[in-house]
This record gives sequence, structure tokens and C-alpha cells, in this order.
Amino acid sequence: MIERRAFLGAAAGLVAAPRVVGAQGAQARTLRFVPQANLASLDPIWSTAVVVRNHGLMVYDTLYGLGSDFRPRPQMAAGHEITDDGKRWTVTLREGLRFHDGEPVRAEDCVASIRRWAKRDVLGQRLDALLDEIRALDDRRFEMRLKKPWPGLAFAFGKPSANMCAIMPARIAATDPFTQLTDSTGSGPFRFRRDLFRPGDLAVYERFDGYQPRQEAADFLAGGKQVHFDRVEWRVMPDPSTASAALQNNEADWWETPHADLLPLLRRNRDIVVDLINTAGNLGVLRFNFLNPPFDNVAVRRALLPAVDQQAFMNAAMGTDPSLFRVPAGAFTPGTPLANDAGLEVLSGPRDVEAARRALRESGYRNERVVMLSATDLPVLQSLAEVAADLLRRVGFNVDLQAMDWGTHIQRRNNRGPVDQGGWSVFCTTWEGLDVSVPGSHQPIRGHGAQAWAGWPTIPRLEELREAWFEAPDLDAEKRIAAEMQRVVWQEVPFIPLGQVLPSMAYRRSITGVVKGGPALFWGVRRA
Amino acid sequence: MFAYVVRRVLATIPVMAVVALFVFSLLYIAPGDPAAVIAGDQATPQDVERIRESLGLDRPYLVRFSAWVWDILRGDLGVSIFTNLPVSTMIAQRIEPTLSLMIVTLILAISIAVPMGVVAAWKQGTLIDRAVMAFAVLGFSVPVFVVGYLLAYYFALEWDLLPVQGYTPFSEGFWPWLENLILPAIALGSVYIALIARITRATMLEVLQQDYIRTARAKGVGQRAILFLHALKNAAVPIVTVIGIGIALLIGGAVVTESVFAIPGLGRLTVDAILRRDYPVIQGVVLLFSFVYVLVNLAIDLLYTLFDPRIRY
Repeated sequence: MIERRAFLGAAAGLVAAPRVVGAQGAQARTLRFVPQANLASLDPIWSTAVVVRNHGLMVYDTLYGLGSDFRPRPQMAAGHEITDDGKRWTVTLREGLRFHDGEPVRAEDCVASIRRWAKRDVLGQRLDALLDEIRALDDRRFEMRLKKPWPGLAFAFGKPSANMCAIMPARIAATDPFTQLTDSTGSGPFRFRRDLFRPGDLAVYERFDGYQPRQEAADFLAGGKQVHFDRVEWRVMPDPSTASAALQNNEADWWETPHADLLPLLRRNRDIVVDLINTAGNLGVLRFNFLNPPFDNVAVRRALLPAVDQQAFMNAAMGTDPSLFRVPAGAFTPGTPLANDAGLEVLSGPRDVEAARRALRESGYRNERVVMLSATDLPVLQSLAEVAADLLRRVGFNVDLQAMDWGTHIQRRNNRGPVDQGGWSVFCTTWEGLDVSVPGSHQPIRGHGAQAWAGWPTIPRLEELREAWFEAPDLDAEKRIAAEMQRVVWQEVPFIPLGQVLPSMAYRRSITGVVKGGPALFWGVRRA
Repeated sequence: MFAYVVRRVLATIPVMAVVALFVFSLLYIAPGDPAAVIAGDQATPQDVERIRESLGLDRPYLVRFSAWVWDILRGDLGVSIFTNLPVSTMIAQRIEPTLSLMIVTLILAISIAVPMGVVAAWKQGTLIDRAVMAFAVLGFSVPVFVVGYLLAYYFALEWDLLPVQGYTPFSEGFWPWLENLILPAIALGSVYIALIARITRATMLEVLQQDYIRTARAKGVGQRAILFLHALKNAAVPIVTVIGIGIALLIGGAVVTESVFAIPGLGRLTVDAILRRDYPVIQGVVLLFSFVYVLVNLAIDLLYTLFDPRIRY
């Protein structure tokens, strides 16, 4: 049956017919994707934005990749050898790896890329501190000599969270890590078309014919990254209703972050699949400022615990559909290997606002003004902040809820001064589930004072345990450490987890093979 | 006349200088820090500071302002903090969709609103007049985004007549270009149609009471000629003024319309830049809008002489 619009279009411009017919074949080989945000920057080392990381995963390959069990597997690496009591790593590259400019990937490119990454990424900085030497042995092998063993180094190279360890040619990796790259040459399965890039509108990726996928099935960020589309177009649509309508009208194939309130509408459409792809989701976090009253007082922070109702936070952020969130959530991302229930009853037991009030009275709280920052242009964060403000008021805090846009919010958070000098007391945010699945990249759980993430808690025990995690010999040891860290979190309360947000993705039913585990990935996926 | 035009063009220089000073100062004191946005959640204050230094954001106000003005005088609007692209390139990428949207909206609005206003004045007090006025009230009252969503729902989703979103360049064909602009132009033009129709009606009512109209009627001139040749030409000056003022309305409305219909125009570029605190882009776009507005005002002033020979510069 001819669609009315097609008929109208044909009637209005018959001369355009050959172009339309020609475009249909090309359209079938093009995946039209609506990303979660506007892609503005293109350097996954310079920017920590999730959308830039997602761009990076297309264009750059990594030495290791996480499987769906969130454990690292060799990706560009053929394998590695650990000698000298764990202090010497020799990594061998797979044969046939090439950059988009046709040049072979050499060990020296990896060394330069690792050096740049190590100046910015939190795990990279640890490597930087541990490195005695890193050098290319030949074109396919490089060696790292460490001051002490680090069994989790492969995880650091393979983790997708910002900043990913993107491998690029040495000439490009020589760029200062605090300066944005101007060349997007990588060795990933897609080649980025800078010439077609229109920030805020369109980003075009073409299949890289020189890519050598591993000869095995795709497994999240590991395995064979087989590409079945010639071209992937990211079409930025800032308005959720427009993105929803575009998906329904077959003007888009895949929408990364449909709003929770539009999901029932999309589910009713037989041509659309709504699915949980990012199983790690995001962890909601209530963060305190340790530098100023009242949350410099541990008793005040602890007083809140009996009253925090994760279900209420999740209902406000995601609605009442239980498939869109998970509670109770502890300090580590639920569903990942280190998630545990040590002491979790502080959040999963019966909620008791009266007990929280009593605890607050006994804590020494002197009715100091509590400034809560709320980013109104991010609906999930705004909902979390409003629930938190209400909760704090019910418990007895003198709350000043301050609404602002994200750009202001993120600047205000860096202000360490008291609240009457533009400082803050508490805010809500979400962390990528993969980031907070392990102690190494889990910023809210750190306790290294002035160097820590906004809030600046000083909790030496957490730092000791984090350090122990780096040296843990196996998963069982990691789990024991994670459980102990979670117990310390309930004691010191650097943050309170608010539940795991599980945002669904929506795509046309004709799209199959979507890889699950984390962000939208473009290998394995094809049009039926 | 020529001397007047030259004087007016020269007068834009101090206007643009004031705009530049105002925009730069406003952004300087506004909260928000692009370095913090770039550095993201995980960044340490040291990281943010390094990025700020690399972008030159740590330099004093006067140093930054004079560097920016010097660049502008050399025709360089700067480079986007986030995309690393020249601001002029980003504006060039976005200007066609916005211009297209505004041209289609203007044509649509004028061709609907002026006849509506004329007919309403001619049929004053009748059902037609009331219907036109009711439409005008509706046009003023319903926000652009509501009109946009309703149009998209019915014309795209329900009836599959037009696309929901996007923009196709004119170079790819007239119909593909136009079909993406019809719904946005109607949404954006609704307020504009209401405004022009009301002004046209009010001015026409006044003109239709004049002696020369009575004389024309007495001479047996036909109704159509009276309305469109005698009355409308004499009512044109205030109508043209409102059309000119409405350009500002269009620029403001384009921001919303471009977001609702995912049109990659200057409006969206502005909003994106503001949200990220991409100072060079904000400054460049505001300067451009101001310049366009000054030119539109000049064009309107010159058009007065066309409609009213008594006006001379």
C-alpha cells in the first residue's frame, strides 16, 4: 500500500523520483539513531560526557573489552603475559589491526595512547603513579613495568566508562590530554566522517572495511564486533516528544533514551520494541558536602538513613513500572559482580521518619540552612532532588532547594565555601552503573579529602580498602572488600544510594541483534 | 536617500559595539563554567583548572574582551569551546534551515494574515469578523510548542501527510525542502498571523472611514479595488512596521519551533550553546541576530517610502 505522504511527495515533485528510489537502498543500509544527548565534543579523553564515550566506542578500539559478565577479555590484544611477581605486563597485539588511515596499529601507538589516557582517567592516573616504565618492544608487543602488582589492569584498559582507554595513532595521542583532538582517526569498527559532522544535528559513521573483528561472537564490549550497516547516522533530537514521534513514524530506527512517561505509548506500537539494553543502568546518589555544617557531622548524615525510601525516589524519577528501576540498591551497582547486601537493611528495612527525626535531634543539628542543588533541565535529577528536599524537610532540616540548569549546577558543586558564599550542602545525581560497579572507578565511595569528588569526604578506611581491591588476587577477594566498603559507607555515609535506574531503549522491530549490557552499541545489530 | 542609507549603515557600528559589550559582560557575570561542563562529574578541581587555562578562561575580563573584539574586527568570530569548530562555520551550517523556516513562515503569515485582516475589516461585526478575531486570540494564546505537537500528531502520525521532524536542504529538491517546513512554519506563524491580522484589521477600519474612500465609492470604484488598492496601500505603513517588529518574534519562536521539529537551525544552536556555556558561539549568534534585526529595521524604514510618498529621507 502506498503511504499517503509518499504519494503526496511524488505528486508534488515527480522530478525527485529517481533520487527517492536511489535513496531507498541506501536507507536500508543506514541505521538512524537518536542519541541520548547532543554530541558536541569528539575526544573521549578530553571529555567525560557519556555521549562522547559512546562516540568513542564506535571510532576507537580498546586493548581489552568487558564481556556481559563485566569481566575483561582481550580485544585488540591477542593476550598478555604477567611476570616478575605481577609487576611486568607484556601485551601482544592481534595481527592485522589497522587505523582508519590505513596505517597498521603498532605497539608504540598503544604506548602513546595509554600515556595520554593515564593523565586524565581515574584508573589511568593510578597506572601513571604505578608505572616505572612503559615501552614498545616491537611493532606488536609493549611492556609495562609497575612498582607493584595490579591484577585489575586489564579491567582498567577495557572499562567503557569515562575515560575509556581509546587507542589512536601515536601522532594524535601526542596531543596534550587537556586539549581536544582535531583528528578522529581510530581503529574501531566505524570511521567518523568529520566532514559531515554538524554538532547538535548529525554525526555520520561509516563501516570501516579495514576493521578486523575477532573471530568469535560479540559479547558486550568484547568478542567479534561484526558490523552489518554501511552507515550509522546519529540524529540529535532534543525534544523527547519529537524523538518519540520520529520513531513511530519510521523516521528513526533507534532511540537511546526514551522518557519513562512515553514508554507506555511506544509499547503500544506493534512496530516498536522497548527493551532494557543497559543492564547496569545508573545508580541514584544523594551526596553530602563534608566541608560545611551540617553534613560535616557524621551523626547528621546517619540520621537520614532510616527515612530514605528508595522506592519513592525511583517512583518519582522513573514512574511506578518496576521494570524501570531496582531497589534496594547498595553502594555498588545491583546486578554486577561486587553488588552485595552487607548492612543493606539500613535501607531495605521498614522506613521510619520518626526515628530519623529523633536521630537528627540527638545529632547536634542546629537548624543550619541546607542548600540543595537541583538541575531542572535533567528531569531525573530534578525529581530526585524534589523527593530528597521533601524528605529532609520532613526529618527536620531547614532546606533551601535551589533550582538551576546543569551548567550552573556543575559549577556550583565545585564551590567549597559555606552556603552563604555560594556553597552547597547536598545534591542528587546519577552515576553510570559501570562506573560505580567497582571501587576503582567509584568516585562517590572515595575518601581522599580535598582530591575527592565534590563533597570531599575524608575517610581513610575507604581509601585503604580501595587500594586493597586493586591488589585483590581474585573475584572472591574483591567481593569481600566490596562488602566491607559498603559497611563503611553505612557508618560514614559519604553518600546514600537512591536506587538503580534502568532506562529502556526503543527501536523499530525491524532492528535485531541489539547487544545488551550497557550503552547502545552498533556491532551485531542488523535490519531484519 | 543614498546618504541616508549610508548613515544608517554606519549607525549600526555603535549599536553592534554596545551589543558586543553587553553580551560579553552578561556572559562573563553569568553563572556556569564551560570547563566544569567539559571536565564532567569525575573531574578534580585541578582538572577543571587545567582545562580553564587551556581555553584561556582564566584570563582577566579586559584581556578576554579585547582579544575577542580584535578577532571580530578581523572577521573571526572565534572557535567553539566544545566542538573546536570555527563559530562562523557552525553558523554557516545552521543558517539555511533558520532562513528557510523564516522565509516560509513570513510568506505563509503575510499571505494568510493580510487578506484575513482586510476581510475582517470589510465585514466588520459579522460572523467572518468574529471568526477572524477568535482565530487571532487563539493564535496569541496557544504556545508555539502546543501548536507544533498538535500538528505533528495529526499531520504526521495520524494522517501520514508530512514528516515529523528534520530538515532537507533546498539543494536536494523543492518538495523535500518544503515538506519539512510546512508544519514548523504553521506552528511558528500562528502568533505572527494573529498579530498581522489584528493590526491589518484595525488599520483598515481606520482607513475605510477616510474621505477618499468615500469618494472612491461615490465614483463607483469596485469593492476589491477599494480594499486592496486604495485602503490597503494607505494602511500599509503600520502593517509593515508590525511585520518588521515580528521578525524578533520569529527569531524567538524559531528557538522553540526548531527544538520541537528537530530542525538544525540557529535557534537550537543558541540553546545548545547557552546550556553548555559555549561563550564564543553564544556571542557570535547574538551578534548575528542583532545585526539582522538592525538591517530589518533599516529595510522597513526604506519600505515606508514605497508605501507613503510623503515620507522622504
